[in-house]
Amino acid sequence: MPGTAVGIGPPRPAGPSRPAVGGPAVGGPGPGRGRRALLLLAAAGSLAGAVLAATLVGPAGLGVRDVLAELAGAVPGVPVTSDLTDQQRQILWRIRLPRVVLGAVVGGMLALAGAAYQGVFRNPLADPYLLGVSSGAGLGATLAIVSGGALGPVGLPVAAFAGGLAGVAATYALGSGVGGARSAGVIVLAGVAVAAFANAGQTYVQQRYDDTLRSVYAWLLGQLSTDGWSEVRTVAPFVAVAVIVILLHRRALDVMAVGDVEAASLGVTPARVRLVLVVAATLGTAAVVSVSGLIGFVGIVVPHTVRLLVGVGHRLLLPMSMLLGAAFLVLADVVARTALSPAEVPIGVVTAFVGAPFFLVVLRRARGATL
Amino acid sequence: MRAVSAVATQRLRVLRRGAEVLAGVDLEVGAGEWVGVIGPNGAGKTTLLHVLAGLLHRRDATVHGQVRIAGLDPLRARRRAVARRVALVPQRPVVPPGLTVRDYVLLGLTPHLSPWAPESGRDRAAVAAALDRLDLAALAGRPATELSGGELQRVVLARAVVQRPAVLLLDEPTSALDIGHQQAVLDLVDRLRGEDGLTVVAAMHDLTLAGQYAGRLVLLAGGLVVADGPPAHVLTPELLCKVYEARVRLVETADGPAVVPVRDEWR
Repeated sequence: MPGTAVGIGPPRPAGPSRPAVGGPAVGGPGPGRGRRALLLLAAAGSLAGAVLAATLVGPAGLGVRDVLAELAGAVPGVPVTSDLTDQQRQILWRIRLPRVVLGAVVGGMLALAGAAYQGVFRNPLADPYLLGVSSGAGLGATLAIVSGGALGPVGLPVAAFAGGLAGVAATYALGSGVGGARSAGVIVLAGVAVAAFANAGQTYVQQRYDDTLRSVYAWLLGQLSTDGWSEVRTVAPFVAVAVIVILLHRRALDVMAVGDVEAASLGVTPARVRLVLVVAATLGTAAVVSVSGLIGFVGIVVPHTVRLLVGVGHRLLLPMSMLLGAAFLVLADVVARTALSPAEVPIGVVTAFVGAPFFLVVLRRARGATL
Repeated sequence: MRAVSAVATQRLRVLRRGAEVLAGVDLEVGAGEWVGVIGPNGAGKTTLLHVLAGLLHRRDATVHGQVRIAGLDPLRARRRAVARRVALVPQRPVVPPGLTVRDYVLLGLTPHLSPWAPESGRDRAAVAAALDRLDLAALAGRPATELSGGELQRVVLARAVVQRPAVLLLDEPTSALDIGHQQAVLDLVDRLRGEDGLTVVAAMHDLTLAGQYAGRLVLLAGGLVVADGPPAHVLTPELLCKVYEARVRLVETADGPAVVPVRDEWR
C-alpha cells in the first residue's frame, strides 16, 4: 500500500565537514530574487504545457489551435471563436478539462502537503499519508463500498474524507495521551500505530466481503475519474484553504529545520506550527484522497526532486513542489489512460512506475547532496 | 552598585516530573555584565538558561518564583517578544543540511520579520553586516554543514547578532572547540558585549576560561546557588572539591586563578 513507509530520523547534527560537490544548486548560494521568479515561471510553464498536452491526448482528436482558441474564447471579453463541433466542445469542457484540472489539483495538493510534512517533522521519509490519512480513508472507503451504496451516491468520498480526518485525529489524540503532543517523534509513532490498526480493520472487512475486493482494490490504487466539474468543485475549498495556510508558513518551516528548542528561541512555537500545518495538510489531503483514492509517491518524490534542484528554502520549495506535483500527476494520468487504452492503468501504479526510476536518476545526478 | 538589572530571578524553582531541577535560585545580572554560570553536570545550568530564554513550557515543568529578563517575564511573554531581546547560543546547534551560511544567519531575523512578508533589502543588509562584522563574508555562500567547529560557532554567533538581543545566553559555547578557537570565540563575545552593550550569561565547563572572561561567577550545585562573586572568591580549592568532588590546585596568574587538576592529592 502506498505511503505507509515511515522513518524516524533525528535531526542531523552538525556533522563533520563533507567534501564540496560541484553539483546542482544544493548548498550553493541561495537563489536570488530574479532567479527565484524565473524558476517559478518555468514551473508554471511546465504545468501549463502538461495541462495543454493532456487536454489534447485522447480518443477524440482535438487540434491544438482549436483548443487554444476555445480556451481563449472562454475568457470574458476575448473575441475568439474556435471551429470545434458541439460534440468536441462537450468533450473538451465536460470530460477532458475536468479530469486534467482534477489531476493538477490532486498532484499539487499531495506534493505541497508532502513538502510541509517533511519540513514539520524534519523527516525526509514523511509524506502526506504519514499520520494515518491514507489508512483512515482506506477503511472509510472500504466500509462505504461493502455497504453497497447504502450511504448514497456521495457515500464513498464522504466516508473516505471522514475516515482520513478520523485517522489523523486519532493519531494526535494518541500522541497527546502519552504526553508527547509536542514531540514530533511521538506523533509519528502514534501515526504508525493508528495506520496499523486501521489497515487491520480494513483487511478484515475486505476478507469478510471478498466479493467487493476488486472495487476496494481499484480505489486503493487511485483513479482520477470525473463526472463533469463536481469533483473539482467538491475539493476546491478544502484545497484552497490548505494551500493558503501552508504557503503562509514558509518562513516558519525554514525555522523549524533547526529543531524545536532553537526554533522556540527564535520566537516560533513549534508545537503550534506543527498542529496548524498538520490540520491544513490533512484537510487538503483527505479531500483529494476522497475523490482520487490513494495515489502514492507524488508527495515524496516531487518535494525531494525540487529540493535537489533548487535547495531547501521553503519560499521556493513549497510553490515549486505544488506546481511540479500538479504537472507530474497530469502527465501520469495521460499515461494511465492511454497506455492500455481503452482500459485504464491505476494512476498510483503509474506514479510509482515512472516516479521511482526518475527519482533514482535525480539522486544519482545530485550525488553527495543531502536529503 | 549596578544601575539596571538585565536579568533577575527570585526563588526560582523548577520541577520536572516531580524532580527538583532548580531549588530556589536568586540571581541578579546587571546590564552589560558578563556572568559565568558554572557547576557540575546536572546542576541545572541549561535549565536556568532555558527558563531565561522563555523555552520552558509550563506543561513541561512546574515553575515557581519570579523571573525578569530585559524587562520581560519570559514565563508569560510571547515567544516572539522574548526572542527580540534574548538570544540563545545552544550547546550543540542543529545545522539543517543544504542551508547556506547566509540563509542560516537570516534565521536570526525571524522574531523581527512579519511571518507573511518576504525579507526586505534592509534585512539582507543586516545579515551582510553581521557576516562582515564576524569576519564571515567569505563563507556566506558555503553550506553551513561544511564548516569547521570554530567557524560554525562564529556563524551561530552571527545569527544571535542579527537577532539584536539585549541579553545573550551562551550554553557551553566552546566545549567542542580546541583551546585556540575557544579563546577566539570568547574574545569575539567580549567584543560584541563591549560594542553593543550586551549582557552575557554563559554556562561554562572550563573553569579557568570562565574566570578569565566573566566578571562574576555563579556556582550552581543541586539546583542551588552555592557561591556568587568575583572569580577569585568562587574558584577556591575547598568549594570546587566539595561541589565537583574534584582534586584541584589553584594557581594565581595575572588573569586570575587557573584551575589545575591534581592527579593524586596524597602523593
